[in-house]
Amino acid sequence: MKIRVKFTKYGVMKYVGHLDMMRYFQKAIRRASIPIVYSEGFSPHQIMSFAAPLGVGMESKGEYMDIEVTSLEGIEGGIKRLQETMVEGIEILSLKKLPDSEKSAMSQVKRAAYWVVQREGKIFFPEKIKEFYMCQEEIIVTKQTKRSEKIIDIKPMIYKMEELKEGLYMEVAAGSAENIKPEVVLKAFCSFHNIPYVEKNIQIIRLDLYTEKDGMAISLGEAGELL
Amino acid sequence: MRKLALKDEILNRVEKPARYIGNEVNSVMKDKKQIDIRFCMCFPDVYEIGMSHLGIQILYDMFNQREDVWCERVYSPWIDAHEEMKKENIPLFALESQDPIKEFDFLGITIQYEMCYTNILQILDLSKIPLFSKEREEEPIIIGGGPCVYNPEPLADFFDLFYIGEGETVYYRLLDLYKEHKKKKGKRRDFLKKAAQIPGIYVPSFYHVSYKEDGTIQSFLPVEDGIPKTVQKELEMNLKETYYPLKPVVPFLRATQDRVVLEIQRGCIRGCRFCQAGMIYRPVRERKVDKLKEYASKMLKNTGYEEISLSSLSSSDYSHLEELVSFLIDQCKEQGVNISLPSLRIDSFSLDVMSKIQDIRKSSLTFAPEAGSQRLRNVINKGLTEEEILGGASLAFKGGWNRVKLYFMLGLPTETKEDMYGIAILSDKIARIYYETIPKEERKGKVQIVASTSFFIPKPFTPFQWAKMDTKEEFVKKACLVNSAMKEQLNRKSIKYNWHEPDVSQLEGVLARGDRRVGKVILSAYKKGSIFDAWTEHFHESNWLEAFSENHISIDFYNTRERDLDEILPWDFIDTGVTKEFLKREWEKALKEQETPNCKESCSGCGARKFGGGVCYEN
Repeated sequence: MKIRVKFTKYGVMKYVGHLDMMRYFQKAIRRASIPIVYSEGFSPHQIMSFAAPLGVGMESKGEYMDIEVTSLEGIEGGIKRLQETMVEGIEILSLKKLPDSEKSAMSQVKRAAYWVVQREGKIFFPEKIKEFYMCQEEIIVTKQTKRSEKIIDIKPMIYKMEELKEGLYMEVAAGSAENIKPEVVLKAFCSFHNIPYVEKNIQIIRLDLYTEKDGMAISLGEAGELL
Repeated sequence: MRKLALKDEILNRVEKPARYIGNEVNSVMKDKKQIDIRFCMCFPDVYEIGMSHLGIQILYDMFNQREDVWCERVYSPWIDAHEEMKKENIPLFALESQDPIKEFDFLGITIQYEMCYTNILQILDLSKIPLFSKEREEEPIIIGGGPCVYNPEPLADFFDLFYIGEGETVYYRLLDLYKEHKKKKGKRRDFLKKAAQIPGIYVPSFYHVSYKEDGTIQSFLPVEDGIPKTVQKELEMNLKETYYPLKPVVPFLRATQDRVVLEIQRGCIRGCRFCQAGMIYRPVRERKVDKLKEYASKMLKNTGYEEISLSSLSSSDYSHLEELVSFLIDQCKEQGVNISLPSLRIDSFSLDVMSKIQDIRKSSLTFAPEAGSQRLRNVINKGLTEEEILGGASLAFKGGWNRVKLYFMLGLPTETKEDMYGIAILSDKIARIYYETIPKEERKGKVQIVASTSFFIPKPFTPFQWAKMDTKEEFVKKACLVNSAMKEQLNRKSIKYNWHEPDVSQLEGVLARGDRRVGKVILSAYKKGSIFDAWTEHFHESNWLEAFSENHISIDFYNTRERDLDEILPWDFIDTGVTKEFLKREWEKALKEQETPNCKESCSGCGARKFGGGVCYEN
């Protein structure tokens, strides 16, 4: 039986990297006695997958993890039990039972929404965002790969960009097919406007992850029934 | 939400920022206004190493059970963070509160190996605490503990006091004393003087050492009345019932020991003559098997770990090992928990257990003959015969294993060329057993034998404490001799030989048996930039060699000199229970190649019986 867990990550927990978060949840699931399914073999592992890794230093209001459980019985009150084993900085928002046919969050994810806040001063003015996003036909960046540099147009990978509560909201491609890191967009934005990109002044918060259906973005949190 | 001591900017720059954030599962937060004593426990190495240490987990939990104490943790900031903190002038902080260490009442440093000594200075330096005990006034009381304090002398000037022995027994007394002292706003020196009267507590500043012209110790005496001449180690005699941390702190980062650790016993009955742990932790004391089962279940539940390991010296000697391991196998299978076993004596029981919990094709067998010949194994009292090794190997090969690891030491007292050759010959014999026992059609490839040698370093409180240690050059020569002997063997292609670099061993030797004068060398090396000496890539021998020569300290005086049996050794003021007479007897027997039976076979009168425990006492 497939279960999708939605959680947030904030505060000091933003410094715990993706692999360590996976290990953290593996332990949390044991502490909460969630009847998770294990693989076969000498070192069995939990059937668990995360939608998309979150970069170290970023916070999130919408992270997803899919797990497989042996029965729904053992999962009663699971959200409370899981929440009780959490540390400060991780909050379980929901547990949902997925239809058996549902593909994993990891394979479905197509888009991610980010909110970027500026700690000092203000750079994300609505007209500056429009100038950057609307008025440019293409947004060219140089992407460093292991072997060479690649020049790419990232505009098709940005679905939305606007001001949000003094900060910047963006919806960009995420997942295995196409993926763009929010920092790449930010750097392009700063260089377009000739303002220095000061990393320490910026906090990136992932708001949600989406799949696509008929060209529409649907939150990964939509699927399934609440437990 | 807690505010971190390091800024985002720094945390985003350094490797593994999770080392500095605290917040781990089962870490303890308290309101500092509600407590009387703030204690910070330190392991002076990087977080992932320090978090693997059981001793701190025990004391952390034990201290935090007291409502008037808040115990926190600190580890050595890695080199990148160290530099950032120096540059930005950020004082070292405790992980839980993120408050500067300097604001604490105590800083307790566990000293597990000699090569962390410069990191101790790093901790003090980054905390902005004066390095020398005599220069401190309002700063925290600096306490040292752990196995290295069985010769604390090289560190004597940097510590206010040392706790010698097991932490469970007199720490509460020390804390109570301090609480009273703090309430009365007493003087630091007065507190130290009272502390020195608690058993197991050694306050180096109350002792004066004088030296003879030849550099050996003339006298080692208390400078004031009321200060004991000898300090007896502390130990928990009621290990059956004593307390265990059932909710250990679980790190986010993968620690070296990333699992539940179950301590099954303390001490060892074997009496290997090179082994310090085997002497200083006497007498052997077992934990109750029923309690251990209960602890295992609770700890797995409280931590969520997917692995459990047993910890002790010579685990095969634990009398309920079979019962405990079978219980764990049953329990763990259901919960998908792995068991990792310490190296056990190879027999049908251990092979059966291993085949149940590991993939035979991927795992290897470990033997630690320590010496290549029976003669030398008698000298070191290893109590392992060639017959047993070959028998065990044959049994294992039949069971499907084909990888063997062998551990040896080079430079043991009385060692000859034959003993060194013996390492290669024994490795080859094991390979031969494989080809003799396993028919060609059943073999899954070649047998793989990895033989490793380390260099013997004489340690305090062992029968070899008087022995001379080889020079670096001698070590290299010996390793090369073994290497070429390996190449002469029939099965050379199945054997891989590894040896350790001798540079670190040489230094470890000086720090292990050094006296107070060696402290200057440690300080100089630190000032030259040495930290993380235990990490090969960060060990700079040249810093140390310069430090020795600038301070006119001779390495040979400490390492290659054979000590006189009547010489006052720097650590003689400590009473471990095992008498110097016994050690002398053992040293003499070693030279005569005579073995001493283990404690279960018969009592050899080591002296530890006086604590009222051990197999000799119980039977």
